[in-house]
Amino acid sequence: MSPRKQTSLFASSGAAAEAAEEDTTPAKRKAAARRAPARKPAAKRPAAKAKAKPKGKAKTKVKGPRTKAHDLAEKQREISVSEFFAKNRHLLGFDSKRKALLTTVKEAVDNALDACEEADILPDLTVRVEAVKVEEDRYRVSVADNGPGIVDAQVNNVFAKLLYGSKFHRLRQSRGQQGIGISAAGMYGQMTTGAPTIIRTRISRRHDAAEIGLRIDTHKNIPVRTKHKVIDWDRAHGTEVVIELEARYHKGRGSVPEFLGQVAIANPHVNITYYGPDKKTPEVYERATKVMPEHAKEIKPHPHGVELGFLMKMMKSTRSTRLSAFLHADFSRVSTPVARDICKRAKVEPDSRVKSLEHKSAEAIYKAIQNTKLMNPPTDCVSPIGESLIQKGLSKEIGEAEFFVSRTRSPSVYRGNPFQVEVGVALGGDLPADDPARLMRFANRVPLQHQPGACAITKSVIDVDWKGYGLQQPRGSMPIGPVIIMVHVASAWVPFTSESKEAVASYPEILKELKLCLQECGRQMQKHLRRRARVADEMKKRAYIEKYIPHIGAALKEILELSDAQEKKVVVTLRDTLERSRKL
Amino acid sequence: MSPARKKAVRKRPAKKKPARKTVTDATDKHTIKCIDGTAQAVYGKAIRKNGKPELTSPVRSLGNVKYDPKKGYLEIGRQRKVRTLTVNTVKSFAQSLRMMGVSKEMIEQDTFATKREAYYVSKNWGEAKFNEQPESDAVMDDIEAMFAIQGVSREQLRFYPEDHGGAVAGNLVVIDRDPVSRAPLRIDCTKFGTGAYTIPHSVEHLEFETKAKFVLAIETGGMFQRLSAHGFWDTANCVIVSMSGVPTRATRRFIRRLSDSKKIPVYAFVDCDPYGFSNIYRTLKAGSGNTAHLNRFFCVPQARYLGVTPQDIVDYELPTHPLLDVDKKRARDALKNDPFFQQSKPWRKAIEDLVKMGVRAEQQALAKWGLNYVIEEYLPAKLKSVKSFLP
Repeated sequence: MSPRKQTSLFASSGAAAEAAEEDTTPAKRKAAARRAPARKPAAKRPAAKAKAKPKGKAKTKVKGPRTKAHDLAEKQREISVSEFFAKNRHLLGFDSKRKALLTTVKEAVDNALDACEEADILPDLTVRVEAVKVEEDRYRVSVADNGPGIVDAQVNNVFAKLLYGSKFHRLRQSRGQQGIGISAAGMYGQMTTGAPTIIRTRISRRHDAAEIGLRIDTHKNIPVRTKHKVIDWDRAHGTEVVIELEARYHKGRGSVPEFLGQVAIANPHVNITYYGPDKKTPEVYERATKVMPEHAKEIKPHPHGVELGFLMKMMKSTRSTRLSAFLHADFSRVSTPVARDICKRAKVEPDSRVKSLEHKSAEAIYKAIQNTKLMNPPTDCVSPIGESLIQKGLSKEIGEAEFFVSRTRSPSVYRGNPFQVEVGVALGGDLPADDPARLMRFANRVPLQHQPGACAITKSVIDVDWKGYGLQQPRGSMPIGPVIIMVHVASAWVPFTSESKEAVASYPEILKELKLCLQECGRQMQKHLRRRARVADEMKKRAYIEKYIPHIGAALKEILELSDAQEKKVVVTLRDTLERSRKL
Repeated sequence: MSPARKKAVRKRPAKKKPARKTVTDATDKHTIKCIDGTAQAVYGKAIRKNGKPELTSPVRSLGNVKYDPKKGYLEIGRQRKVRTLTVNTVKSFAQSLRMMGVSKEMIEQDTFATKREAYYVSKNWGEAKFNEQPESDAVMDDIEAMFAIQGVSREQLRFYPEDHGGAVAGNLVVIDRDPVSRAPLRIDCTKFGTGAYTIPHSVEHLEFETKAKFVLAIETGGMFQRLSAHGFWDTANCVIVSMSGVPTRATRRFIRRLSDSKKIPVYAFVDCDPYGFSNIYRTLKAGSGNTAHLNRFFCVPQARYLGVTPQDIVDYELPTHPLLDVDKKRARDALKNDPFFQQSKPWRKAIEDLVKMGVRAEQQALAKWGLNYVIEEYLPAKLKSVKSFLP
């Protein structure tokens, strides 16, 4: 398929999505008109197909009487994943131009950081957002890292195939999970601007740097290279991804710099240099530590977190032959005796061949697993930021605050998945005192930007009674006060409410841990506020002594007709007596 | 006025204190002695290392108030409150001492200040000044209580209440003195026509001449007007005094001195409701719980309650209003906490009756039977059976 054809294909769904967006300014309408010719054939094609169908029906020879089912059968066909997401791009966070820009930056940054950390390299990112002058609302996003680079053979799949990735099939904490993000961003760019995703990568000084252009064939969900050339590159190793897309750049809440600021808070070991579209000089987010975060270990699934269907799939694909060996080898926290115990409960022979077991036995095993008491999964697959680094990150990005507190809970488990909750609170400084507290949500060190209302983190912050900790709080809303609350949920598998990874799902175990952690921080904050009030009170009282003792002297002088020296003695002695009675 | 003079007026020089005068009056001498004594005690402690100056005053709560029927007024108990100078009390301590200084100065200058004026005097004190009058009133009450133990009243400290209240009409000659020349002045209370004689804020120096048989203390100005306009004081040969609600200290003191010096009884004519009983009548007769330290002077123990009584509501078929929640609470309070009502069986019964009836009646309710019914029928009938008045 030629690139040109592809463009038109994407444009069809692009046009639909564009209509959904409010494109009403004359300039944009003009721009749309200019693009129209390229789109027209595509727009017509489905219509043409629709017309063709009744004709086809007439021509088709049918054995036996034709039924409605035959009609329907003609419309039923396979949908490629890429096609599905091309039409449902809101699922991946591309529902508006504004969001598209942020999501693209986010996916690229996530990938870059994951790559660097896996290769034990302190990440050094350069993020650029440039306006492409020709048309408005067209931006070029580039994110470059100093990671290990990608071997040529994998570039295609990593950047232009949906659901392709290294992280889905293992249980380990990482930013990415499904292998959708960056490819989806490239696809969105391709759909809205027609420009291919450009990848520059180099794996070491001894290897050449390459520049590769990529498109996705959405029909087949396969990558297509548009160009490949060797280039001169100043980086010894690393990857740069460049995506041109239709987007809207804005400042303030939910902007790219704010997002990067939050990335810097949750990843104090990262250096980010940011070039915005409106600035010549870069904004630099310096790292606060040179220590890499603890490597999260990969773990096997915990039996309690596995559903029946998944269990059956594992049984089909396992390398073990015997049932007890399978249970022991493919799950965590299942020792040989425990495996035997499960088999006994399920009334299935431990030595039976796994692959020949029927559905019925699988169900029995599943039930037996639920009824067996198991050790919690190992928690070294989770790597928290840590209390001191949270404070460092917060103070680095927020600047002067009067008080910082942070807590990292010990790991806990939901549905067999280990997770860990961290909270940092900054109080005072220049933060606005009458606004609702600002909440920064993080999942596996990635800032969550959207859908705060649907998120377990927001829910638990609202659930905590902040009045008890010295903040105001209207019923059912965020506390009010000069406070920033950052919450981090780290897990081998963070349960998001959707593929766009915008909100953490409300599992009771997670809600409970969040609430406890927030309360711990709240108590520390309250302690601080109390101490502050006490000190302020004491200062006021000390000022009282200075203020009013002279009046006692003056009054006594007036009544008893004292001399100046006597008055002075009264004042000095009394002040001395009173001040000695106070302690701070 | 010449320009030079004008200028001199505008450019007010820093306040220059007039020279101290020698105080000759015995009461004033005693007052000054008390002030000096208190100040000296404070000074003595203040100049000692780690000395903690103190001010002692009686505890001013109903719990520290007693009623002795023989004495006939609410009296402050023995509980004392010692305020030690600490960081927390330093402000009010300083203000109290300054206020005492003002008091002493006023005695020496033979002048006085109202509560409001005293509040403004404090504006000279820089940091120690009062921001609102309630602050200065509270400090004044403290000082007043402090010196009351030593038998010194607020008037003797030269702090005078703002309103002097009570109007008087009847067969009475008040002998006052001219405020400037100090020459004796005879005031005939029958000669005020449609107006009335007004009780001054200080009544200690007054003398009386009267042949009246009793004093009638009336709650409302309206009723006073009616009795005065129809010459009730003439026909009944009495002195009528309008209290306008809770009688002020001057009014109480005036009635007390008149009654004491001329040996004539005092009857009270107030509304039949818990406020009339426990606030107006009780304060007239036994003083107020709030200023229990002063009641010795400001009460009329010989007063008797003429009406309107709960029985009157029945006897005269008076129109009524239902008792409000505040009324009921006040009644309960009187029965439970007020030492005066607690010792008086007839009063307890009267209040309980009223609560049972659940209604109240005003003096003016008698107008149901005609505007002058109160003069022609009610009061004469009541006065025939003085013995049956509530104590």
